[in-house]
Amino acid sequence: MTKYILKRLFYLVLTLLIIASITFFMMKGLPGTPYTNQNKMSPTQLAALNQKYGFNKPLFEQYLMYMNNLVHGDLGTSFQFNNEPVTQLIGDHIGPSMQLGLQAMILGSLLGIVFGSIAAIKKNTWIDSLTTIVSILGLSIPSFVLAVLLQYYLGYKLHWFPVALWHGFSSSILPTLALAAFPLASIARYMRTEMVDVLNSDYIELAKAKGDASWQVIVKHALRNSLIPIITVVGPMAVTIMTGSMVVESIFSIPGIGDQFVQSILTNDYPTIMGLTLFYSFLMVVVILIVDILYGIIDPRIRLGKGGKA
Amino acid sequence: MSQYLPPEETEFQYVSNDLSNIPQEVSGASRTYFQDVKRRFVHNKVAMVSFFLLILIVLIAFVGPFFVPTDPNTQNVLFANLPPKLGNLNIPGLNGMQTVGGKTINAYQAAHVPHGTYYLFGTDYLGRDLFARILYGTRLSIIVAIVATLLDLLIGVPYGIISGLASERVDTFLQRVIEIISSVPDLIVVILLLIVLKPGLTSIIIAIAFTGWITMARLIRAQVFKLKQNEYVLASETLGESKWKISIRHLLPNLSSTIIIQTMFSIPTAIFFEAFLSFIGIGIPAPSASLGTLMNDGQKAFHFLPYQMWIPAIILSLIMITTNLLGDGMRDAFDPQSD
Amino acid sequence: MSDKVLEVKDLEVDFSTLNGTVHAIRDVSFDLNKGETLALVGESGSGKSVTVRSVIQLYAKNAKVTNGEITFHGKNLLELSPKEMDKIRGKDISMIFQDPMTSLDPTMTIGKQVAEPLLVHHDTSEKEAMKRAQEVLKLVGIPNAKERMHNYPHQFSGGQRQRIVIAMAIIDNPEILIADEPTTALDVTVQAQIISLLKDLQKKIGTSIIFITHDLGVVAGIADRVAVMYAGKIIEYGTTDEIYYDPKHPYTWGLLDSMPTLGLEGKRLKAIPGTPANLIDPPKGDAFAPRSEYAMKIDERLQPPFFKVTDTHYAATWLLDPKAPKVTPPASIQERYNQYQKLRGENDG
Ligand SMILES: Nc1ncnc2c1ncn2[C@@H]1O[C@H](COP(=O)(O)OP(=O)(O)OP(=O)(O)O)[C@@H](O)[C@H]1O
Ligand SMILES: [Mg+2]
Repeated sequence: MTKYILKRLFYLVLTLLIIASITFFMMKGLPGTPYTNQNKMSPTQLAALNQKYGFNKPLFEQYLMYMNNLVHGDLGTSFQFNNEPVTQLIGDHIGPSMQLGLQAMILGSLLGIVFGSIAAIKKNTWIDSLTTIVSILGLSIPSFVLAVLLQYYLGYKLHWFPVALWHGFSSSILPTLALAAFPLASIARYMRTEMVDVLNSDYIELAKAKGDASWQVIVKHALRNSLIPIITVVGPMAVTIMTGSMVVESIFSIPGIGDQFVQSILTNDYPTIMGLTLFYSFLMVVVILIVDILYGIIDPRIRLGKGGKA
Repeated sequence: MSQYLPPEETEFQYVSNDLSNIPQEVSGASRTYFQDVKRRFVHNKVAMVSFFLLILIVLIAFVGPFFVPTDPNTQNVLFANLPPKLGNLNIPGLNGMQTVGGKTINAYQAAHVPHGTYYLFGTDYLGRDLFARILYGTRLSIIVAIVATLLDLLIGVPYGIISGLASERVDTFLQRVIEIISSVPDLIVVILLLIVLKPGLTSIIIAIAFTGWITMARLIRAQVFKLKQNEYVLASETLGESKWKISIRHLLPNLSSTIIIQTMFSIPTAIFFEAFLSFIGIGIPAPSASLGTLMNDGQKAFHFLPYQMWIPAIILSLIMITTNLLGDGMRDAFDPQSD
Repeated sequence: MSDKVLEVKDLEVDFSTLNGTVHAIRDVSFDLNKGETLALVGESGSGKSVTVRSVIQLYAKNAKVTNGEITFHGKNLLELSPKEMDKIRGKDISMIFQDPMTSLDPTMTIGKQVAEPLLVHHDTSEKEAMKRAQEVLKLVGIPNAKERMHNYPHQFSGGQRQRIVIAMAIIDNPEILIADEPTTALDVTVQAQIISLLKDLQKKIGTSIIFITHDLGVVAGIADRVAVMYAGKIIEYGTTDEIYYDPKHPYTWGLLDSMPTLGLEGKRLKAIPGTPANLIDPPKGDAFAPRSEYAMKIDERLQPPFFKVTDTHYAATWLLDPKAPKVTPPASIQERYNQYQKLRGENDG
């Protein structure tokens, strides 16, 4: 297991370095170097930047410098946002994004699991059909459409929740709902399929033959077995929430990193774009690694298959 | 059961069944695989309704512009933000009336719109005919999705087949490439590409296709691995047929269901990406309309003129829903065991 | 005979499907005596599983019992509420399924799974139940039961898993054990082990067993009596010897001819020609007639009643009617009979 994790960590770092290199050369190929934004910077700032990042040096040297800075945790300095270091930018704005992301993830998975299970248990009833409809809508209606609708009706018209900006939990409700719809729908769908399969399996039959009542069969055998594969959806789900939050944060004017990302795209703030791309990729590979490890821990077949007999 | 007649002496005679050629298998009406698939698909009501709805949307989007004389990009600031109006019919919501500051006024009269001119979906903030814009916008979104999906196919299928058939070294390399690309969230890859490429329709299509083919390639590769184990492939391999001939002769037909299903699911993804990008303002450049740009425009006036966002949002969602349902229907038709 | 523990009378079961109603069980009656093993044999699809599943009422949602009575301890099981039925399943009547590879919950230790019936049916403490589970696992021949209890199913071989399933089935000393093809998925040596295990257990705890198989070869080793099923009906039943050596129904002949038999090696195995009857629209007369060399006109019109061969042996075929022409069974069957007589002679002498 440890060997496996180490190997995965090695690949993770390698992947991130490759991504950093690719983004570096991509951005360097662009017309918009810091010099195009000169007018926004004082000469001293410019000199400092030039010195620090060596923009006048040959490309390859710049690359080495960039990578060196990167390894030391320096993602460069934003062109916008008062030349703040990108790392600090992330630090300042990660809070709301994390809160939204986690809330949406928890809400989405819990409801998804509940709906999916009920639909499977009550297969071919109206509850099942309702779940199917809700999950198709959730999968099909983009989060930004949902965000705008929620903002208008529940915020602007009904005044139930703040329309925009970030004032703690109440501001997070509408964006959380908008972000949770997709994971809810996909988990409900996935859970239903898994649960239907599990409920048809021989060991469920045997559990019934042992005299388990229906609820015992579900709680003791069906739930656990159908939940294990659900873990694999958590990775992609986190990514969807992450990218979804970019536009949802913009719509609700929430000062999160998603909103920063959109801003930096619209203003050609390359260091921020690069830094945030790396940061998002980092989050993604880490989440996927954690999910894989978690899967290994929870599923006895993998857990013991790797490390030999217990 | 009918009346019981006791057995009679004469009935106790052998009938000498001819057992030499009674069928061992229930042969039934033998249908080909694709006929079965088609039958299952046609019997799936949800899929069929989606299918026709989608065809309808596509038809309107592609034929409609020929019947609408208005140019979608012509601005007329005097006629900005007019509400929907259909002829002189007095249907609420379609009569050109507007509530401003608690008073209901006839917006068309107020803007001195000539008699006989009306806008079915109203006009936007630049006075452009929204109906025309939505027709053209839907068409553009569909074109982007279809071309991007075709590119997915063109790249993903050969990539998957090569990866599946080539030597282990080549396969490992190809898979590493996929791994790296997919380590960055799709949308971010697309955004990065859009920043680098010249803004425009082609760039958007390329950017969307750049991430889209990966899922296709993965599925095809997995399927090729499975098919490789099949006897007929092994057999033709021992007969000395070249790998690539095999791939065309035996693999492609067996990959068709995977390809069709995945293509169906690629379309909503592409539609969504286009809308997302245009919505945040880096997609289709102005003044062209797409569902995403229309929503972006509509969102600005959403608080006062909600229909400006509602209409493209509904069309977008409808396309997404029908394509998703159609994909589901196809998967069920090809692979009936999933209840 | 000894007292009956289970009595199935006039059982009829239908399945509603898209293609029509499948009449899977058409008037089946049998009883099970205390401590005996009754084998239920027949081709695939003849209704063996549906019959026994009706006993513990574990069948697909589209199943419907349209007629019959299943009497256990004076109660008609078909009239019990689901709750009352839960109390019987796994306690008084337990069941073993065909495929040991999929019968165990992959995410639960086998100790817990084996102990489950005790925990469900009695207020045994967890500790005590686990202790019992360990004993039973030892009894069914799992080595190092104490440690291996904490292992998961995938860490056991197919034969071991079937032993675990058996342990689970007998932990609460059931009166009836239903084994639905418990050895079909296993290789021959393991089959033999599992069968002798079941026989041993039966001696120890005195259960009655209903043993399902479509392999008549397995039956000789375990059963006291055999009932042969075809197209949702029992068409012949008797003691194992009677069915083996003096079968009367052409279908039983076919079954016997299609299996390899000790002492009769070298004979070519013959499959029964044709396919099982259509159960959506079952034949009016003898369902086996279209596949039988011995079909008579009467078979098309009327279903044969049971004709008595001995006190314990009955067969439903018009060939036994006094009006029927005298039949000569196939040579292979006659040989069986002769061999049997010889064996009996040896035993007597
Ligand atoms: N859920 C169901 N729906 C429709 N028909 C069914 C269902 N379950 C069983 N049947 C039908 O009932 C008949 C008897 O099936 P059963 O499973 O009892 O056969 P079996 O004798 O156990 O065969 P095998 O040796 O293959 O296990 C078959 O014709 C089968 O097709
Ligand atoms: Mg069976």
